Amino acid sequence: MPLYQARVLVSLRPSVLDPAGEATRAAASRLGVTGLQTLRIGKAIELQLEAPDRATALSQLEHLSDRLLANPVIEDWQLEILDPAQGQQA
Amino acid sequence: MSVGVVVFPGSNCDRDVRWALEGCLGVPTRFLWHEESDLSGLDAVVIPGGFSYGDYLRCGAIARFAPVLAAVQSFARGGGPVLGICNGFQVLTELGLLPGALTRNAKLHFLCEPTALQVLPGQCRWLQGYGAGETITLPIAHGEGRYQCDPNQLQELEQNGQIVLRYGQNPNGSMADVAGLTNAAGNVLGLMPHPERACDPVTGGIDGRRLLETVLG
Repeated sequence: MPLYQARVLVSLRPSVLDPAGEATRAAASRLGVTGLQTLRIGKAIELQLEAPDRATALSQLEHLSDRLLANPVIEDWQLEILDPAQGQQA
Repeated sequence: MSVGVVVFPGSNCDRDVRWALEGCLGVPTRFLWHEESDLSGLDAVVIPGGFSYGDYLRCGAIARFAPVLAAVQSFARGGGPVLGICNGFQVLTELGLLPGALTRNAKLHFLCEPTALQVLPGQCRWLQGYGAGETITLPIAHGEGRYQCDPNQLQELEQNGQIVLRYGQNPNGSMADVAGLTNAAGNVLGLMPHPERACDPVTGGIDGRRLLETVLG
């Protein structure tokens, strides 16, 4: 069965305050990096999933992202899925 | 009369809840390990504070899938009284028994202090021992207690009188000063403050007693 490689990016919704991101932005200015307007922290989750075909892999990964990896009340998620061949090379 | 106290790997207030109920109020309790699903003979269930499953991914996110919570969910839907304290409140929102989510405190600090709260009992079964608008003091101890939901949801909660506990001085940036919420039926209560730590006069105030007593009365 083909092995699909995927990455799910979870970020706080724009309306939700990110105090950890703000604290990091303040540290960036102490490092001498000025002009940083926004810094928001999210999560990247890397997965490998065996599935009979791409459509099945996609639907399982979407279900997983929406029901476990992200909480849609406060977070958005984006799914990147690679073809099995690319996944094996990576 | 017996109360179930849920125990996850990482719960750390389960024994405090047992002491408050058994030691201070004389109510028998039964620990419910996260893999159990038998709630027979229980009159109420408490989901205590702590860091269930290490708070991995998000607080309460992994606990939601514990077998015991499927049983607690049916118990709550059948009208059984369920109380979620601190991490227990976070679990109730992840489980969908209460709306919204709890996020990182606005000023990032872990807050551990006594806090004045306004009680607006409404239909909440757990709070019928308090007067409307009464001010009580309970300790808080959390890093992620900033209540968040979408504006329409908040309006609905306000209209239904489901915001039953509000901070006097908002410590964490919660929307609408939310410290505790009930469901529409009033049998489920989630709150960030710790009523079980305000039951024994030896450790200070006893404002939490009526919360635990009333529903069992």
